[in-house]
Amino acid sequence: MTQPLLKVRGLTKHFAVRQGATGAKSAVRAVDGLDFDVHAGETLGLVGESGCGKTTTGRMLVRLLEPTAGSIEFQGRDITKLGRRAMRPLRQDLQIIFQDPYSSLNPRHTVGKIVAMPLEVNGVNPPGGVKARVQELLELVGLNPEHYNRFPHEFSGGQRQRIGIARALALRPKLIVADEPVSALDVSIQAQVVNLLRELQRELDLAFVFIAHDLAIVRHFSRRVAVMYLGKVVEIGDRADIYERPRHPYTKALLSAVPDVAAFGEPRQRIRLTGDVPTPLNPPSGCRFRTRCWKAQDVCATEEPPLLVREGSGQEVACHFPEPVGVGAEHVSEVAA
Amino acid sequence: MLRFLIKRLLLGTLTMFAVSLVAFGMFFMLPRDAVATMCVKNCNPERLERVRVELGLKDPLIDQYTGYMKGIFVGRDLGSAQGGYCDAPCLGYSYTSSEEVSDIFARVLPVTLSIVLPAAVLWLGLGIGLGMLSALKRGTVFDRLAIGFSLTGASMQLYFVGGMLMIIFVYTLKILPVPHYTSLWEDPLDWAGGLVLAWVALAFLFSAVYARLSRAQMLETLAEDFVRTARAKGLSKSRAYGRHALRAAITPIVTIAGLDIGGALGGTVITETTFGIQGLGRTAVEAVRLGDLPTIMATVLISAVFIVVANIVVDLLYAVIDPRVRLG
Amino acid sequence: MSLSQIETETAGVDAAAAPVAPQPGMVGRSPGRLAWARLRANRTAMVSGWIMVFFVVLGLAAPLVELVYGISPFEQFQDKIANNSLPLGYLGGVSGEHWFGLEPQLGRDIFIRLVYGLRTSLFIAVSAALLTTGLGIVLGIVAGYLGGWIDAVISWVIDFALALPFLIFALAIMPTVTARFYGPRDEIPVPFRIGVMIFLFALFGWTGTARLVRGQVISLREREFVEAARASGAGLFHILFRQLLPNLWAPILVSFSLAVPGYITGEAALSFLGIGVVDPTPDFGVMINKSLSYAQTDPAYLIFPGVVIFLLVLAFNLFGDGLRDALDPKSSR
Repeated sequence: MTQPLLKVRGLTKHFAVRQGATGAKSAVRAVDGLDFDVHAGETLGLVGESGCGKTTTGRMLVRLLEPTAGSIEFQGRDITKLGRRAMRPLRQDLQIIFQDPYSSLNPRHTVGKIVAMPLEVNGVNPPGGVKARVQELLELVGLNPEHYNRFPHEFSGGQRQRIGIARALALRPKLIVADEPVSALDVSIQAQVVNLLRELQRELDLAFVFIAHDLAIVRHFSRRVAVMYLGKVVEIGDRADIYERPRHPYTKALLSAVPDVAAFGEPRQRIRLTGDVPTPLNPPSGCRFRTRCWKAQDVCATEEPPLLVREGSGQEVACHFPEPVGVGAEHVSEVAA
Repeated sequence: MLRFLIKRLLLGTLTMFAVSLVAFGMFFMLPRDAVATMCVKNCNPERLERVRVELGLKDPLIDQYTGYMKGIFVGRDLGSAQGGYCDAPCLGYSYTSSEEVSDIFARVLPVTLSIVLPAAVLWLGLGIGLGMLSALKRGTVFDRLAIGFSLTGASMQLYFVGGMLMIIFVYTLKILPVPHYTSLWEDPLDWAGGLVLAWVALAFLFSAVYARLSRAQMLETLAEDFVRTARAKGLSKSRAYGRHALRAAITPIVTIAGLDIGGALGGTVITETTFGIQGLGRTAVEAVRLGDLPTIMATVLISAVFIVVANIVVDLLYAVIDPRVRLG
Repeated sequence: MSLSQIETETAGVDAAAAPVAPQPGMVGRSPGRLAWARLRANRTAMVSGWIMVFFVVLGLAAPLVELVYGISPFEQFQDKIANNSLPLGYLGGVSGEHWFGLEPQLGRDIFIRLVYGLRTSLFIAVSAALLTTGLGIVLGIVAGYLGGWIDAVISWVIDFALALPFLIFALAIMPTVTARFYGPRDEIPVPFRIGVMIFLFALFGWTGTARLVRGQVISLREREFVEAARASGAGLFHILFRQLLPNLWAPILVSFSLAVPGYITGEAALSFLGIGVVDPTPDFGVMINKSLSYAQTDPAYLIFPGVVIFLLVLAFNLFGDGLRDALDPKSSR
């Protein structure tokens, strides 16, 4: 395979917090050693419940947060140690779309100013002038270029998200981190925005890291999918493998919660996870999912399962007792391989 | 809670220390020739020089500062020119009135407290009461009058109000004596009669702020869900408003009241000057006119102590009223 | 959200997001224009705004007024002062020639002195408000955005300055500073006195604005549009002054407009206490201080300057309130 556009190894972020009456310092292990690659023009879906560290990961990728440890290689260059000046040319290739279309646009700036901001900041003067470029971008994301002089409060949520997308595209990036770009939108608008992103990807040969808590949206959009749980990737692989042949019990549980038209009429077996997500301040030993897993055994508490390709499917799974391939939702435990 | 208290006290001490440094620094920023200013007769150079040495003005600044602070906490010897040994709390010696500064304050502090404390009770009661009532009677004639009152008060000048009160009650109607101070213990009636105009003037101006603030706070609180819930679950109007809304609305008012102590002290300076009553404020103004630096400096320190202490008290009150604060 | 919904919705892509019907001109109504429209609709604010403008113009045009009125602020009309030093006639000597009467003893014209007093007062108040607002904005933004120890230091200084009783400190500083530059028997020039007053206001006044701005910045700092700018490589200057500052104009304008009447009051108070502007210079505080000794015999001398300064402060306060309501429609009075 060619060299990946983005290569993440051992990415870790711990937040220091004070807690208790004494104010003792401890660390929230928001992201704890992630490895994944993203190739040019490809989309990686990053899925997990809220609080699993996916947003933190996204922010580290565009250097809004400094990683505690690990490396992020972009086009073969480690960007975690670069200063602001050295980072500048790379910023143009690496952009982010935010979740909340209301707080992501400066309410006192016109749409034109918002979309032109990355150009202004980086001193880019596109041929034909900034205004022409901005109007071109607005048209590209399906907005009326004449709305250049309007203010964000005059637009709907979906339109605002389009403005945010136009801004991310202004510098012609190679990779965009989309941090739950549709979860704040009305259901009826979500599909339009996702389709817009898909069209843009095709036209502009963009790579995406698409963060979502919703497996359905990720499937629609991503070629590869990574499932996160408590700051770790538990399963990563091609879309087909993850959706058709999930091996990690957590993935399986997530998938069972998604209504599926194809399975209409068949009896649905939904796996209900019991208990709460443990606190990342003090994650469980060994396998982090063991406290909610119906297959957990003693080994899960003592040994952390490595992320490996298992026989029967192509994806990597971090589980001592992966689900068998081709079996439905009945819980057949397998003897440890 | 304990942690909060300790933190607050430490911060207050730090602030006091800084205030004393600033006040002291100011004291020494000036006088190339403070001694000459203080000297009234027989000012030959040798004599001036001797006074400088005696005052310790030739010592290093740090020694002068520690000497001054030592005087406050344990007392110190000021030398024969300044009346000999000065007991703690020693605030220095005033040349212009030939006595220890602490003696001056012992005389004028009761005067100022007699003005501020009753006035504060008056303005808090009047302001908060008016504000809350007008919020409950929103849109009525009473509300409009209360708004007018607070707008007027907020734009009025203390000395103008004071002057007008004197013109009306003392010179025209002649129902009140010319403002003056008598000790409360000697003649309570004369005490009140001599100070009532000062109270009214201060209360009129200061209650305006509270009326306005508590009206806004109360309106905001009344619109909140928990008050509606209290009403919906069958609590009487007075209970829902009195117990639930009042408590929530009063918290920010307490904060302002604490911050206002500085304003009130400034207010007494103007009040005392307007009515010609010899309290802390007027003493300070006169000290400034006469160049009596030890007195000025002591005034600054004492007012800062008032404010810092008031702020700590407010923070504690705040923690009592609003349980969320205790976590901080 | 389900898969099926996505599939069905794809058919109608862009139907809802199609641009709204174009409006004439295609220029958006900025938040500022909306606030202006609200302000225009507020009658109290407009009336007080016009009164404010009237006072400002009167102050600025004081020499012109003097020319038309025909009397200088220093001219003494001793022939119209009785032996007991009170002005002849009723209401402190009000007449067609002297609209607000004459000062007792010196016999100077009160009206023209008030017009010039307006000038003194407004000059000091507006300069002080500009200075304090500027200082407050810079320090507030820096503290709020950078956080950490810079914020801790600035916040402490703010709390510290709030712990200092302004008037008493002013009393202490004024003579100290003057004594630093002038001997005990020197004549202290008026510009110096005014300068020290503005300096004093600036020293104590910036904390309010700084506190306000800091709070606003802290709430804005976490907004995603700031992160968007950072993600594009924006420097500190761009974020502070291009992204954050435009969102702060509303509270800054309000605090500025309410600071001016505060300093008008403060200036008059200092001069009243004898540590601000002093006599030959026309000033409200000085006039009222002198008038108090005549409160019994010549009440008009107190009433004219008192009412003028009241109206002046009231107009500024009411306009400031209106401005706040217009800029922040949620706040109720």
